[in-house]
Amino acid sequence: MTIAHGEFPVHGRSINHDAPLEYSLEEGALRIFGFWLFLATDLVLFACLFATYVVLHGAAAGGPTEAQLFDVPGFTAETLILLTSSFTGGLGTYAMHNGSRRGLITWMIITVLLGLSFIGLEVKEFVTYATHGAPLQRSAFLSAFFTLVGTHGCHVSLGILWMLSIIYQLARRGITPITARKVFIVGLYWHFLDIVWVFIFTVVYLNGVMS
Amino acid sequence: MSRPSTHASNTASGSLWMYIVGFVISIALTVGALWLVLARQFSTGTLLTVILLLAILQIGVQMFFFMHITDSPRPQFNLWILGLGMFFTFVVIAGSVWIMSFGAQGY
Repeated sequence: MTIAHGEFPVHGRSINHDAPLEYSLEEGALRIFGFWLFLATDLVLFACLFATYVVLHGAAAGGPTEAQLFDVPGFTAETLILLTSSFTGGLGTYAMHNGSRRGLITWMIITVLLGLSFIGLEVKEFVTYATHGAPLQRSAFLSAFFTLVGTHGCHVSLGILWMLSIIYQLARRGITPITARKVFIVGLYWHFLDIVWVFIFTVVYLNGVMS
Repeated sequence: MSRPSTHASNTASGSLWMYIVGFVISIALTVGALWLVLARQFSTGTLLTVILLLAILQIGVQMFFFMHITDSPRPQFNLWILGLGMFFTFVVIAGSVWIMSFGAQGY
C-alpha cells in the first residue's frame, strides 16, 4: 500500500479518530501488538544471557574480577546517557502527537546522537578490557559479560540504524498514520533496551562493584 | 479534513509533564541505586535486594511514562504477553541460580 506525500490514506480503511495517531488504523494497532510479541521473545533471549551471567560471574579463572575491571564513572555515564536518550525519544513521540514534524525529527536526531555516544563509550570500555588482559576468551565470567553486554550493544546499534531510516521517511513523507506507527514502534524498542540496560547496570555493574 | 486529529489528550502521552516526571524519577532511581552501593548503606544481601527493587520500579516508570502501555486498545493483550515474558524471565534466572546453588562451585 503506497501513500502519497503527507496525505492521509485511503478508502477501505477504518480510521479511529479517538485513538492516538499510531493506533488510528486497525493495521497500526495490530503491528504494534506484533511488536510487543517480539519484545516478549527478546526478553526471553536476555533472560538466558542474564541467567548465564549470574551463574558464571564469579568464575574468573584467576584472571581479572568484576571489582577490578568495572569503572564507576564509565558505566554511570553510559547509564545516564541511555536514560536521557529514552527521555528524548519520548519527547519525539510527544512532538509527533502534537503534529510537529520538525520537533519530532530534532528529538530523534538528539536520541540517535545520545545512542552513538553510548555505543562509543561501550566500545571504548570493551577495547580497554580486551587490551588489558581481559578479553572474551579469558574466563567464563568475561565470556558471559561480553556476550550479555555486547548483545545489548548490538540491539542499540541496530536501533540507531532503524531510527535513521525512520527519520529519512519522516523527512520525505511527514507524519502519517504509517510513519507515526513506525516512530511509536522504534520508540518501544528503544525504551525496552533502556529497561534491559538498567538491569545490566544493576546486576552486572553495581553487583560487580559490591563484590 | 484530510488529516486525522493528532490529539491524545486523555492518554499518558498527552502531557509534557508526564515525560518530565518520568525522566526525573528514572534518574532518581538510578542515582539512588548507585549511591546506596557506593555508600554501602546495607549488608550485601539487603543491598542487592534493594537495588533490584529499584530496577523493577524503573520498568514501571519506562512502561507507564514512556511506552504508554495504558494507551493500547482494550483488551490489553500486550500486557498479558509481557507478563508471560516476565514470568519466563523470572523462571529462567531464578531457576538457574537455584539449580546452580547445589554445590556446583565444586565443578
